[in-house]
Amino acid sequence: MTRVLDVCDLRVSFPTADGSRLHPVDGVSFSLDRGETLALVGESGCGKSLTSLALLRLVPPPGRVDPGSGIRLGDTDVLALEGEALRRIRGRRIGMIFQDPMTSLNPVFTVGAQIAEGVRAHFPVSKSEARERALRLLQEVGIPDPSARLDAYPHQLSGGMRQRVMIAIALAAEPDILVADEPTTALDVTVQAQILEVLDQLRRSRGMAVLLITHDLGIVAGRADRVAVMYAGQIVEEAATPDLFARPSHPYTQGLFASVPRITGPVRRLTPIRGTVPPPVAWPAGCRFRPRCPQAFEQCELPPGLRPVGSGHSMRCWLAEESS
Amino acid sequence: MTPLLQVHDLVKHYAAAGLFHGAAPPVRAVDGVSFEVGRGETLALVGESGCGKSSVGRTILRLQEPTSGQALFEGTDVFSLDRTALRRLRRRMQIIFQDPYSSLNPRMTIGAAVAEGIEIHRLAAGAEIGRRVAALLEEVGLDPAYARRYPHEFSGGQRQRIGIARALAVEPAFIVCDEPVSALDVSVQAQVLNLLADLQRDRGLSYLFIAHDLAVVRQIARRVAVMYLGRIVEAGPTEDLLSAPRHPYTVALLSAVPEPDPVHRRTRIVLRGDLPSPSNPPPGCPFHTRCFHPARNERCLTELPVLRPVGATSAACHYAESTPLPTAVELGEA
Repeated sequence: MTRVLDVCDLRVSFPTADGSRLHPVDGVSFSLDRGETLALVGESGCGKSLTSLALLRLVPPPGRVDPGSGIRLGDTDVLALEGEALRRIRGRRIGMIFQDPMTSLNPVFTVGAQIAEGVRAHFPVSKSEARERALRLLQEVGIPDPSARLDAYPHQLSGGMRQRVMIAIALAAEPDILVADEPTTALDVTVQAQILEVLDQLRRSRGMAVLLITHDLGIVAGRADRVAVMYAGQIVEEAATPDLFARPSHPYTQGLFASVPRITGPVRRLTPIRGTVPPPVAWPAGCRFRPRCPQAFEQCELPPGLRPVGSGHSMRCWLAEESS
Repeated sequence: MTPLLQVHDLVKHYAAAGLFHGAAPPVRAVDGVSFEVGRGETLALVGESGCGKSSVGRTILRLQEPTSGQALFEGTDVFSLDRTALRRLRRRMQIIFQDPYSSLNPRMTIGAAVAEGIEIHRLAAGAEIGRRVAALLEEVGLDPAYARRYPHEFSGGQRQRIGIARALAVEPAFIVCDEPVSALDVSVQAQVLNLLADLQRDRGLSYLFIAHDLAVVRQIARRVAVMYLGRIVEAGPTEDLLSAPRHPYTVALLSAVPEPDPVHRRTRIVLRGDLPSPSNPPPGCPFHTRCFHPARNERCLTELPVLRPVGATSAACHYAESTPLPTAVELGEA
């Protein structure tokens, strides 16, 4: 397998009023192989979106990626890049799509012009060749009647079609990696199914790696090869998808599963995780899940590291010691 | 015993002003919807954006005026009430929204917001109001001391609890829950679903639960009605409808539910195309432009199917008797 992305001990910090720094992303490591889908799963405020922005050096100021963090795209050290070199990475090596396509599309340009612009930003081709490629891309993302849609404006398209256009724009630069940040959260379920299908087909046909950022374990089940669950700025569990679903091991992951209503099996009263996700200022010392954890014990006052609980399966919990 | 709420042939059209060419055809948000909600019962209204489910909820409460139809609440004709009578009725019928923040006044304390209904309807006076507010906050799982705080100090889940406390303050019999958990994180969503179930048990409440998520619906409602383009296309007991759906749209909706189980994968039906515009719905069966039913034919293009009993549910499909289940359906072209 070709490794396309290596993230090592990524820390993103923001200054506070009292001069100290908060770390909403605090020591995140993962890697991505060619043609693989890794899902980064967690609830609001866990740091999953900020992690994806950091990959492209798009952390909004005054936030920054802390020294000591590592982001490698193949042989390229992303954190060492500046100016033009950095711009060439964005889009060309890592493409990105977001939850709300309407805010990322320009309302006064046609869809075709926006895709063609993406093509010409990365490849030295003529205008007509760029338009030709835009047409093929619209076809590839499954837009019906693509030659007519080329001249449509974003507001003339449905939410699902706009998201397909965003995918087409991301693909225009032929990236090795596509980061999809909650790509279907704003869409209806039947449209969500369509978009996920498109992403899956593209991954297979282009051998692209996908980093899927989502709060929805249901989406992960059918689509990702591996899953990393995030809580309070850290990865708390990582495993191959079937393994995580068969044996969720971290008490937080277990709590997430017990909170999700199911469409099959007996209807039981849900077992929610107590309390709420704390903001970074209120993260406790030691294990960050400790105040909400039903299995917490004395040792949890010390911060646990990621430890193996099975083959390719690890978690950030002191219980990992006992099980191994 | 008569049901608490009976809705008959409800229609809500929105006049759409054309941008350049005068009047456009009206948006047919709700196009002839009938259902009942029993005492202490939850009926779920399910569908995707633009199907008209929220318009149904708002029209019943007369937050929007209906175009035609009838709604009987405890025998009272809701649509013929004058303002005074309507205000009295609103004590019995309440609503909670997806985003409680937009319905809370940012400059009013939580206590004042919850007390508002009690004062308007003169349900208590003096120190008794404060005692009731404290009891309500406690009932929805909030610290009574929060009464002095402002909405921005609370998380999404806490705000939804505040919205629920506000609705409960006037002691309603019926609450329209309009996507109350859709904006919440899963761990918080579970807390709010449990709370709604507990309140129903303790107070004998009836809910019209408007949602797009069939798994959430299954958790909270014994009966469900599926809407598509302003009409109910299938209705019945939740378990029957989910285990043997009769309308092809229900089949598609069910197959699209992302179930957190990578082993028991169901066949996915990926519907072709987009939802047609509710201002220009297709003739005949409104679903025919996206239908994958093997028996579909010319009749579907011209003749509107009526909701009729088929097995354990009712379905509005000419060929509901032979609708194949998700596992047996061929994939529609994406």
